[in-house]
Amino acid sequence: MNPLDLLKMSLGSFSGHTLRVRLTVLATSIGIASVLLLTSLGQSGRDYVLQKFAGLGSNLLIVVPGKLETSGGPPVAPGRTHELSLDDARHLRRNIPGVVDMAPISIGTMPARVGNKERALVILGSNDRLLHVRQLELVAGQNLPSLDLEQASPVCLIGSTVHKELFGNRNPLGQTLRLGEYRFRIVGLIAEKGQSLAMDMNDFVLIPVANLMRILNRKGLFRVLLSIRSFDEMRTAEEDVRKMLISRHDKEDFTLITQQAVMSSLGDILNNLSWAISGIAAISLLAAGMLITNVMLITVVERRAEIGLCKAIGAGNSQILSLFLAEAALLSTAGGVIGVGLGLLGARIIQWLVPALPVSTPVWAIELALAVSFGVGILFGVLPALRASRLPPVEALSRRA
Amino acid sequence: MIRLEGIRREYRTGALAVHALRGVDLHIPPGSFSVLMGPSGSGKSTLLHILGCLDRPTSGTYTLDGKEVTALPDTELVLLRRFSIGFVFQSFHLVPRMSATANVELPMIFAGVPASERERRAIEALESVGLADRVLHRPDELSGGERQRVAIARSLVMKPAVLLADEPTGNLDTASGEEVLQLLLELHRQGNTILLVTHDERLARIGDTLIRLRDGEIETLEST
Ligand SMILES: Nc1ncnc2c1ncn2[C@@H]1O[C@H](COP(=O)(O)OP(=O)(O)OP(=O)(O)O)[C@@H](O)[C@H]1O
Ligand SMILES: [Mg+2]
Repeated sequence: MNPLDLLKMSLGSFSGHTLRVRLTVLATSIGIASVLLLTSLGQSGRDYVLQKFAGLGSNLLIVVPGKLETSGGPPVAPGRTHELSLDDARHLRRNIPGVVDMAPISIGTMPARVGNKERALVILGSNDRLLHVRQLELVAGQNLPSLDLEQASPVCLIGSTVHKELFGNRNPLGQTLRLGEYRFRIVGLIAEKGQSLAMDMNDFVLIPVANLMRILNRKGLFRVLLSIRSFDEMRTAEEDVRKMLISRHDKEDFTLITQQAVMSSLGDILNNLSWAISGIAAISLLAAGMLITNVMLITVVERRAEIGLCKAIGAGNSQILSLFLAEAALLSTAGGVIGVGLGLLGARIIQWLVPALPVSTPVWAIELALAVSFGVGILFGVLPALRASRLPPVEALSRRA
Repeated sequence: MIRLEGIRREYRTGALAVHALRGVDLHIPPGSFSVLMGPSGSGKSTLLHILGCLDRPTSGTYTLDGKEVTALPDTELVLLRRFSIGFVFQSFHLVPRMSATANVELPMIFAGVPASERERRAIEALESVGLADRVLHRPDELSGGERQRVAIARSLVMKPAVLLADEPTGNLDTASGEEVLQLLLELHRQGNTILLVTHDERLARIGDTLIRLRDGEIETLEST
């Protein structure tokens, strides 16, 4: 049977559509609308969060001393392992092909004093590349000088919170900051930036790494940050770094962290969450599907004589089957089309009510919603359609119509 | 062209068996007009359903156009119903939401006849039953006689080998019944093979053969 005839015939059967047909379409449309709306919300939420995280730089490879058995979180007790030395950092920078930038990090907390104001501050020891690697910017002044990693210099940069709390509205450039018994000249002011990797990027003082390691009397670094040329080279770079450090340390006493892993597991979690929410919405589709089955079963009973007649004049079982499947699919797809309309309208309304929340309905979600509505009709139409196709013609005809 | 040999049909309801047909032998030559009569429950409809390939006999052989129907699978029976058999029922069995033309097109849709050809042939068939001016009417806008003529047009549109009519005038008043009867006679004159089931004694001798059925057996068969 030609698909166009099939469509025409099933369309025709709704010409005198009853209240129960309309209710079924309505139920389907509500199901589809809620699935579409929640999918849009889930996906938009996911994209929003990932976009925030992507701002951290997805080409970053972080070397942490100590071996972590599970990923995530810094090592609790590195134990007796090789430390991550400045020499390691320099080596990685020079000899790994994909590495385009490197910033070592040493970290400590010290009392900082300006005039008579004193505060305990987080001190980062690094080089002049840190700003670039962490995508930080200067608002005023200049960067740390470009030095050998072992070379000290009594200069520092400060974050915006440090600026506000120690200087208020005064210009800090050129002023002296006392860290314990050491004096540093403030040469630059770092632009404000949000939380990043669980650290307040505004509340710290940046000094050359050699200074901090000397002050703290440490040999080992807290982190080495490596910028990789492109996202695609991450995997090879990660392997090269691993091999090189193992050969230098004789064992794997370090951990490599990539944003990639964080991003993709975060993406996975958010994705699953989004699908779970859509799945809950899909339960309303189940109810709509059952209505479809019910309406179609009633239709089959009502049209017994018609089915018998069609068989008497030459309809095969498969033709009857496809006729009733087409009707069920038409019913549900009509609901799907209306549901997509309702869903888009709902997204608009939510956007209007909560402007901060970005709600956009991806095209694939619309296509999926329509496909799902069609599928629901087929799925829940199978039982009634099979019943129609298996009706013995003589019995179907024997009722007077 | 139609040959029945030892056709039996039993209905089983639990332990009880109803013998609707008990060994029917029958030959229907092409171009004939047979009238099948008999009391209620004698098996007329059962016989017609078997002839129309809507039902299978419990035993016996049925040959249509040289094919042994009783040996064919269901899918072949569908083709026979589609191309070789025309059915007319007492209660018309038109699809109420469809126009006369659409009703007549129905068998051609199942047979896969292209749309353009379908409409032409449907209108031709309706013209041949005298309904040229009713092609777009729906069944509820037609009289009983007109409805039955639409049903006859539908049964003829695939040019079947035989037309099976089960009490086609049973639901009609005398005038409409007469209309339908004249149409059947005209179709017979044009060469169609017709088997008419009726209760009406006045129609007994309208064809060329009269078959009387009683308790599932042929009681008499006479040329008229
Ligand atoms: N599906 C069925 N199950 C059981 N018995 C049946 C069935 N169909 C028909 N019969 C029985 O078979 C016998 C013949 O029935 P059939 O309908 O062929 O009679 P008929 O001659 O057409 O009668 P009528 O003139 O009333 O239409 C009857 O006794 C009937 O009760
Ligand atoms: Mg009967």
